[in-house]
Amino acid sequence: MSIFDPSRRKFIQTTAASTGAIITAKLTTDAEAKSVLKPKQVTEPAKVNILLRVNGSEHQLMVDPRMTLLDALRERLQLTGSKKGCDQGQCGACTVIVDGRRIVSCLTLAVMQEGHDITTIEGLGTPNNLHPMQAAFIKHDGYQCGFCTPGQICSAVAMLDEVKAGMPSHVTSDLTRSPKMSAIEFRERMSGNICRCGAYSNIQDAIAEVAGERT
Amino acid sequence: MKFDTPASSNPIDQLKVIGKPASRIDGPLKTTGTAPYAYDRYNVVSNQAYGYVLGSAIAKGRIASMNLAAAKAYPGVIAIVTAENAGKLGKGDFNTALLLGGPEIQHYHQAVAVVVAETFEQARAAAYLIQVEYVRTKGYFDLADEKSKGVAKDDPYTIAESAVGNFSQAFSSAPVQLDASYSTSHESHSMLEPHATIAAWDGDQLTLWTSNQMIAWSVGEISKTLRIAKEKIRVISPYIGGGFGSKLFVRTDALMAALAARAAMRPVKVSLQRALIPNNTTHRSATIQRLRIGATKDGQITAIGHESWSGNLPGGSPEAGAVQTRALYAGANRMTSNRISQLDLPEANAMRAPNEASGLAALEQAMDEMAEKLGMDPVVFRIKNDTQVVPDSPLKAGSTDSQANKNRNPNPPFSLRQLVKCFETGAERFGWHKRNAKPGQVRDGRWLVGMGTASAYRDNVVMKSAARVKLDNRGHLTVETDMTDIGTGSYTIIAQTAAEMMGLPLEKVTVRLGDSSFPASAGSGGQWGGNSSTSGVYAACMKLREAITVKAKAQDPKFDITNAVFADGKIQSKSQSILLADLAGSRGLVAEDAIEFGDLDKRYQQSTFGAHFVEVGVDAATGEIRMRRMLAVCAAGRILNPKTARSQVIGAMTMGVGAALMEGLEVDKRYGFFVNHDLAGYEVPVHADIPHQEVIFLDETDPISSPMKAKGVGELGICGVAAAIANAVYNATGVRVRDYPITLDKLIEKMPTMV
Amino acid sequence: MKAFNYERATSLAEAVAKVSHIKGAKFIAGGTNLVDLMKLQIETPTHLIDINDLGLDKIEASADGGLRIGALVRNTDLAANQQVRRDYAVLSRALLAGASGQLRNQATTAGNLLQRTRCPYFYDTNMPCNKREPNSGCSAIGGYSRLHAIVGVSNSCIATHPSDMAIAMRLLDATVETVRPNGSIRTIPIAELHRLPENTPHIEHTLEAGELITAVTLPKPVGGTHIYRKVRDRASYAFALISVAAIVQRDGTGRVAVGGVAHKPWRVEAAERDMPRGAKALTAGILANAQTTHDNAFKVLLVERTIASVLNEVKG
Ligand SMILES: Cc1cc2nc3c(=O)[nH]c(=O)nc-3n(C[C@H](O)[C@H](O)[C@H](O)COP(=O)(O)OP(=O)(O)OC[C@H]3O[C@@H](n4cnc5c(N)ncnc54)[C@H](O)[C@@H]3O)c2cc1C
Ligand code: SF4
Ligand code: FES
Ligand code: FES
Repeated sequence: MSIFDPSRRKFIQTTAASTGAIITAKLTTDAEAKSVLKPKQVTEPAKVNILLRVNGSEHQLMVDPRMTLLDALRERLQLTGSKKGCDQGQCGACTVIVDGRRIVSCLTLAVMQEGHDITTIEGLGTPNNLHPMQAAFIKHDGYQCGFCTPGQICSAVAMLDEVKAGMPSHVTSDLTRSPKMSAIEFRERMSGNICRCGAYSNIQDAIAEVAGERT
Repeated sequence: MKFDTPASSNPIDQLKVIGKPASRIDGPLKTTGTAPYAYDRYNVVSNQAYGYVLGSAIAKGRIASMNLAAAKAYPGVIAIVTAENAGKLGKGDFNTALLLGGPEIQHYHQAVAVVVAETFEQARAAAYLIQVEYVRTKGYFDLADEKSKGVAKDDPYTIAESAVGNFSQAFSSAPVQLDASYSTSHESHSMLEPHATIAAWDGDQLTLWTSNQMIAWSVGEISKTLRIAKEKIRVISPYIGGGFGSKLFVRTDALMAALAARAAMRPVKVSLQRALIPNNTTHRSATIQRLRIGATKDGQITAIGHESWSGNLPGGSPEAGAVQTRALYAGANRMTSNRISQLDLPEANAMRAPNEASGLAALEQAMDEMAEKLGMDPVVFRIKNDTQVVPDSPLKAGSTDSQANKNRNPNPPFSLRQLVKCFETGAERFGWHKRNAKPGQVRDGRWLVGMGTASAYRDNVVMKSAARVKLDNRGHLTVETDMTDIGTGSYTIIAQTAAEMMGLPLEKVTVRLGDSSFPASAGSGGQWGGNSSTSGVYAACMKLREAITVKAKAQDPKFDITNAVFADGKIQSKSQSILLADLAGSRGLVAEDAIEFGDLDKRYQQSTFGAHFVEVGVDAATGEIRMRRMLAVCAAGRILNPKTARSQVIGAMTMGVGAALMEGLEVDKRYGFFVNHDLAGYEVPVHADIPHQEVIFLDETDPISSPMKAKGVGELGICGVAAAIANAVYNATGVRVRDYPITLDKLIEKMPTMV
Repeated sequence: MKAFNYERATSLAEAVAKVSHIKGAKFIAGGTNLVDLMKLQIETPTHLIDINDLGLDKIEASADGGLRIGALVRNTDLAANQQVRRDYAVLSRALLAGASGQLRNQATTAGNLLQRTRCPYFYDTNMPCNKREPNSGCSAIGGYSRLHAIVGVSNSCIATHPSDMAIAMRLLDATVETVRPNGSIRTIPIAELHRLPENTPHIEHTLEAGELITAVTLPKPVGGTHIYRKVRDRASYAFALISVAAIVQRDGTGRVAVGGVAHKPWRVEAAERDMPRGAKALTAGILANAQTTHDNAFKVLLVERTIASVLNEVKG
């Protein structure tokens, strides 16, 4: 069985030929490597024109395809609320909400997010018009240095929607039922947001309040 | 203002604003993503280029050659700075290793180059094109191997050794003895915000928007490193994404940004990659500790000896695990020793509660083991050996004047010590009596359950701190000090202090921090910041009150200033009152002062105390350890804001959970570096690790500490947590693990077999 | 990150053709593994072919009563699928034990299967690593190896495959559906998808260059009690030290697969007949010929104790 349209091949080969190769020269202790050290012509990747929809506004941007969504938000759109704690998906500080779902914006490319609805911390509320989750964080002192906070808040808002939608978690005891709005569920589900200041206990109080649960 | 006699009653005692659980005044900014951290500041200076730091690929040796050609030719690259072209650099007093390495390399990931480019993507890609050839030389990387070469030497922070009575004789003749060794791991601060700086030159004037705990120190250090006058340097750091000691000093980001900006002739922003943090920046050294405790059969300690070994690069300080053992418990015969060996690992330096956090992890486990040997409840054993004077205080760190040291009271009293009350309160609240002293008895489904306790102890340090206060004609007060808020709540407690002093509501106070153009404060470190900096604000406000009083008198000669009070935005005396706004007039009123501390901290031992109680569950099969309950009872003087102080304590408890159960930088002993150098490899606690935490502050004031009658609280909470957890794990399983972190691999072999 | 060209594929044929014909081209799905590795130049694709628009995100009943899971189904959606929760609970459990809520929202079925090892030396480009750079040596051997493999290892590499999901898929006898560069479709039993390191640890799976995973199919449900037990130092958001996936039937028979111990999801069918004899016998079979290091020797006992606990749990 073949799913191929043979006419396509040619096009592909052309693309391949037009691609400039980037010279690698990696850090090495190997003396031999010297021979390949001559500077060579390197090309920049073609910039890509994208339309990003962030917090309800559209932004036309020419981006380097290497740019992550996080860097596009921070460096191009000056939405610096999303933080770069690790750039490796290991901390959650860059959490934003895309089409209603929380993701880490450091591990997705800006070019991949064209056509999606992106909400950042700036889109949730402002100092004079706080989102209930932001107000609850203030009330319960759910932060200290504040660096993880935008990520925690975006994550918490989307997380509650996941519970409401009946999505299970690692600690949901019965998979065939809807999960409960409970502290144990919230703790597990928020574990992708590291707070080195250790505000967890207070963050949980803030989330519980917004969820309408007292623990 | 000089503070050299204990505080009497003062305006802070009104407690109208101070002592209230006010929400952080910086909360609306922090929760909306609008608080500007260093790397966020796109709008402070235009035309910022991106710097990317390349770290050394070897731990020790030298760079044989560097080829920058390919990187330089890369599109968008503006400049590359290495040791070769950086110009002559000095070294800051607080740095052990150089911030820019080459040709000599002192540790893994020591910065060897910064690439500046138009975009971050270009700078990063170009950095990978730099070719470096290294020559490795032999280094020392294993503390256990180097321990025997450890030397005891005094430095400004540690008195290496102490002895009282005859320890060895008393120990060997003690009816009940414990001799045990413990170890703690290398730990990474891993604050969530990587070190970051934007640097801009205006002629020979340098401005750094950075993330740093100590503004005035940094100005001095930058000045030394770049060899430019302090007056030419401005450091701005109003928001700091955590530090825990890792941002006490100028680090590579700041130096590299400054050098890069000079070379690129435009502003440059640099943030260290997460993977550089453990090896490029500082960490807490591992320790090996030996505890010997001798006691009578009824539990009176007669001999206590604590030895600690740690490592650092040549010139660095030790992690002095034995220091608190000079003061925590009674006992006529004692010795402490803190030795240091050369390790060619990255630079070790202060991390939250340096010395005590590691020291208590060992001491407080030993106390638990000793209590068991004695057949005593560990709470009772600790209470029995409480002391109201320091049993061993012939010398104190920082006292270079040996004559003064000689004249000191060898057993100074504690200014205030309520350790016993902490334990009594905590035991009651926690339900400690329900603990089964026999280990391995309590089971809840899959979980073996155990309880543990430990003392918390941390010195209260006071430091000179200045502030400026400005009153304007709307009756609004602005406080300016170079104090930093690293999550500690400085903004809020400083506002509360000023509001209390001036009789203003909190909303009428603006606090501006973290700028070297403001008066120099104590900065944030060693849990001295909150108490010292608010005392500095107190001093400045006192001065402003005087100025206002004088003005009130000048405006209305009948105004009776003797009993004047500041309240409701007015200065009031009997039936008279004048609005502060009116007195400030269109030009406003400004006052500046500093608090300077006399020798009260030498006449009295000022310390903070606490008792930790924890309950853990240990999976009977896998040995996984999970926290079930945590309580800390703290005695730390007046609590200026119970909400933010509580946060400091729960945060420290959380870091203690990390130290106890998971945090450990793993050394590759061949290549000499920390292998697990990211946040997936170096595990810190996550939400699921932390149960609801409870904190109780004893209601106390310590007038000997400061006019605020407060003490430090930011580090107390981490002290002792690890031991409390270790003790609970023992209580749950009957397995004693003396090597932190207590991971399941150290437990399962000794746990009952599974059927 | 090296420069690359980015394209969104609009058809399967286009995607496969591009990746097989452009030297250095790669598919990108969720990107959570690939983007990370590209930043470190461990992966250096010259072209990224985005396969998110190919409609491969459906979960459907298969002809033989099983389930066909599109390659681009997000981990979150797969774990939350009602049928998976009911009939393939071990899969749901394994997925939910992996990564974080955010990552599971991005991560895809195929991407998860093909994610690369988390060996810290593999991630540190200053260090020798045969997987990253063939014939440069293996730093983990003789280095820090607490997380590393204990079975199926070689002198070239002792890395583990980090996926939780794949362990459950292996247990469930899943098959992987692909489209090859020549356009043909094939199915690969999951047991044959991942390779052992041998002398070529850089070759991790049996897919051809440019071969695209389109779906993973689960055979019809086998009933029994489903358990996935992941053992780790911290309570969440951590890779497994080891994990045990099991399906146990009422009569005490069943199957077991183990994670965190090998370069691929580890299952020894022949050993499973020993399940009624208990954890010790079962583990001895599963981990026969284990080769451990000083740092990871504990995993043998840990697997045994965890299996014992799982079997106890089934007994109730
Ligand atoms: C901090 C962190 C923690 C994590 N913890 C866990 C954990 O505990 N357990 C766990 O299991 N995982 C964990 N993960 C890994 C995560 O599950 C994977 O990154 C994810 O599943 C990869 O899926 P993706 O769609 O993002 O893949 P991508 O990154 O898009 O792709 C991965 C690879 O698969 C290839 N590929 C993708 N789709 C196809 C296809 N259809 N056909 C052929 N090739 C394809 C790509 O070319 C690439 O080589 C963690 C990741 C991070 C960053
Ligand atoms: S175990 Fe494998 S991945 Fe790790 S260093 Fe060795 S070869 Fe590389
Ligand atoms: S910055 Fe994205 S997860 Fe840390
Ligand atoms: S508030 Fe500092 S990391 Fe969470």
